[in-house]
Amino acid sequence: MTEQTPAPVGATTGSSAAPVLVVRDLRAHVAGQQVVEHVDLEVAATGVTALLGRNGVGKTSTIKAVMGLIGRSGTIELAGRDISALPTHRVAQLGVGYVPEDREVFSGLTVTENLRLAERKGGEHRYDLVYELFPELKERGQQAAGTLSGGQQQMVSLARALLNDNRVLLVDEPTKGLAPRLVQEVGRVLTRAAEVVPVLLVEQNLQVVRDLTSRVVVLTDGRSVHHGPAADFLDDPAATQRLLGVHGGTDPAGAV
Amino acid sequence: MRATLTRYALPVVLVVLLTGLPLLDLSLPGVLPGPTYTPGSLHLMALAMVMAALALSYHLLFGVAGLLSFGHALYFGFGAYALGILMRELELGLVPAALLVLAAGVALATLLGAVSLRVTGIPFAMVTLAFAQAGSVLVRRDPGRVTGGEEGLRLPTEHVPDWLVGVADTRNVYWLALAALVFTFAVVTWVQHSRAGHVAEAVRENELRVRVLGMRPFLVKLAIFVAASVIAVGMGMVHLILNSGAVPHAVSADLTISLLLMVVLGGVGSRWGAVLGAVVYVLLSQRLAVLAQSPAISDLPPVLRIPLSEPLFILGAIFVLVVLFLPGGLAGLGVRLRGARRTRGAQAPTPGSLVAEDETT
Amino acid sequence: MSTALLLLITGIGLGAIYFLVASGLSLIYGLMGVLNFAHGVFLSLGAFLGYEVATRMGTSTWGGFAVSLLVGALAGAVFAALTERFLVQRLYERHIEQVLVTVGLALATVALFDGIWGTDPRFITGPGWMETTTRVAGANVPNDRFVAIIVAALVLLAIVLFLRRTRYGMIIRAGVENRSMVTALGIDVRNAFTLVFTIGGAAAGLGGVLASHYFGYVSPLLGQTLLIFAFIVTVIGGLGSLLGAAVASVVVAVLQQFANYYLWGTGDLAVVVLLAVVLLTRPSGLLGRK
Ligand SMILES: Nc1ncnc2c1ncn2[C@@H]1O[C@H](COP(=O)(O)OP(=O)(O)OP(=O)(O)O)[C@@H](O)[C@H]1O
Ligand SMILES: [Mg+2]
Repeated sequence: MTEQTPAPVGATTGSSAAPVLVVRDLRAHVAGQQVVEHVDLEVAATGVTALLGRNGVGKTSTIKAVMGLIGRSGTIELAGRDISALPTHRVAQLGVGYVPEDREVFSGLTVTENLRLAERKGGEHRYDLVYELFPELKERGQQAAGTLSGGQQQMVSLARALLNDNRVLLVDEPTKGLAPRLVQEVGRVLTRAAEVVPVLLVEQNLQVVRDLTSRVVVLTDGRSVHHGPAADFLDDPAATQRLLGVHGGTDPAGAV
Repeated sequence: MRATLTRYALPVVLVVLLTGLPLLDLSLPGVLPGPTYTPGSLHLMALAMVMAALALSYHLLFGVAGLLSFGHALYFGFGAYALGILMRELELGLVPAALLVLAAGVALATLLGAVSLRVTGIPFAMVTLAFAQAGSVLVRRDPGRVTGGEEGLRLPTEHVPDWLVGVADTRNVYWLALAALVFTFAVVTWVQHSRAGHVAEAVRENELRVRVLGMRPFLVKLAIFVAASVIAVGMGMVHLILNSGAVPHAVSADLTISLLLMVVLGGVGSRWGAVLGAVVYVLLSQRLAVLAQSPAISDLPPVLRIPLSEPLFILGAIFVLVVLFLPGGLAGLGVRLRGARRTRGAQAPTPGSLVAEDETT
Repeated sequence: MSTALLLLITGIGLGAIYFLVASGLSLIYGLMGVLNFAHGVFLSLGAFLGYEVATRMGTSTWGGFAVSLLVGALAGAVFAALTERFLVQRLYERHIEQVLVTVGLALATVALFDGIWGTDPRFITGPGWMETTTRVAGANVPNDRFVAIIVAALVLLAIVLFLRRTRYGMIIRAGVENRSMVTALGIDVRNAFTLVFTIGGAAAGLGGVLASHYFGYVSPLLGQTLLIFAFIVTVIGGLGSLLGAAVASVVVAVLQQFANYYLWGTGDLAVVVLLAVVLLTRPSGLLGRK
């Protein structure tokens, strides 16, 4: 266990193994409008890869396109297999866990039902891990998910993805709208998650990015314009200012 | 050059030809019941033209604004019944009565449109259906003995100019229907090219974006709704004169469904498609009914005879097939054939989905 | 007083039939976004086949009635499942075309029923008890009303249990809320689509048999007429809400009965006015979301 645990930060930055998810020349459209123009990205086989960019550049759309939730073209390879023509449920079955931007828990279902719905056939279900990370979900099992707080809903959403044995997790702004204490909590959970599965993380809070990620991909106007080690990018104030409109992650202003 | 020719010359030639038909002795066996100057053929052609104009108004709703209404017949029926009732009860002449009905039609369409457009997409379809159903029930129930119930309403001929009422005057009615169709085509073209038309199309594609651009989709949709409804009111009036009366079918959901069928058959979004679809529909339902009586069908074993002697079964089946396999309708088929010829076997442009998707939930 | 009670119970009986049609419509719309115009055809088919069986087994026997219910439900279910698999599913996610295809199907099948059974209504009677009345607090209530109410209540209970207790029920409830997230969890919702059509078809088929006893006849237009009221019920109740459909069915039918009796036969208009009022005040319906 100790040997194979990949160190999420810095370390060998995933170059040792082939990337688990490779996206080439991705285009996607919503309501007849092109929202992703040309995105290339790779998710390293271990640790967290961050997908960054200003509001509205197409981060969520990129992730939805990978899931097949919006119309897309280009190549999307999951562990060497092209999934770009597969319907969403097949993509998920092949081992892509999805934690959407606005949590999207089923508010009329109980917490337990939300988790049971997420159980995929033919694999182990890591209830141990889920209840270890989120003991609260066990206590609130019979509560309707719609009555949970934002932070608790985020836990349900993360738990749904962690429950299955996935090849990669796509996590879209998990700290959005959460209190600082909960932001740290989510960071801790993601660190733990990244020990078992590689993660593609969209995140506005650069402190979280700095703590968790080894590599970044930056989007501008639906295009990927920067790939590289996280630390190099975050320590370059000119680049963060230009591409994200904020100073690097150590700046408290950027860590709201 | 060729494009301009087909765009302007062809319609003009067509209209001139149609205008001259009642004076000619042409026979189209299998399509028309007799030579073109006979009242039977003129009546059928006039009916086809009225339906074509009505289908054009439905095209404005469905093809342009993306509003799937199941209540369009309400306005058609309103035109027919209201004109007949006004002339009879108030002893008004045709023209003043028609103007009154048009004004009332604007008011009715604005009121019901404003309520129905509070919802979009499928709920809109259900709500328009419900309103039309109320109208249909009203007509059938015949409150105050004004609509004639199931029997229908007879045209009060004493208030209609003589040159429009006799069987021998069918060609005058034919010309009236032709004028109505040409006028409708022009109006629909104009509405489509107007600012409201462009915005309506943009709303159909992406309502959110139009909102962001600071426009009020509601008002634009309402304007289109009222325009389409008023055209339908007008066609209802022409239909009353053409058929010398009105029957409850004019207000029924079945009629709206026929319109939908015509527009889809012709090709959603295409004006010529709507016209073509309506003409094909009217001729086909007429011919299929005649065919059902023929020995060729009545001698068949029941498994074949029963479906084949029901025109609506055949039309419904054609409709299903068009929706499944011919998304662009007849117009799309034409485009595809032309495309295939031009590119000489190269990949023909495949029409996309039938209509732009409304917000997918 | 006894008149009001009679109207109330008759109204609830009619509401029971509306509910049997509207429950399926509402679930189908909620999960798939499809307005199913062919739903009335499921009802008519159930009514006709139920009628055929009942006349063969003896319309006045309870056995004939029970089997006709079974056959009606089965016919509706099978026809609905085929409709979904072969027509609706081919147009996956294209909601307008899906509506159109059900419109075409309804048109063609109603015409076909016309051809097979004729356009004239076929009158039907049930077991002797159902043709008589029971005295409830001074009102003579036709017994078939009670049968309709009991069957609809059982169907409601069965659907609720199915939705609450089974995995497919859970998928359907989740899918009504957020279909794309269900697929993102690796679930192929298309099976659930076929399932809601099947359930809806079975309920409509049952409704067809009960409606034929309620109105005393079967005709090809029976389904289409009830369908329109079922549409109104689903909009008023809130699209996608089963309980909304149940409540609205009763409200609409009772209102209709009372307006017909006390307001000079204006029941149908009263229903449309109610619809307009609901739309103006609560566009998403009584129990609809948002
Ligand atoms: N349903 C929609 N209709 C029209 N445009 C849309 C729709 N959804 C997204 N867009 C547009 O697509 C673009 C990309 O949106 P997307 O949500 O992918 O950006 P994002 O990078 O995730 O932004 P954020 O940081 O705000 O989450 C935006 O310009 C947005 O306006
Ligand atoms: Mg986003």
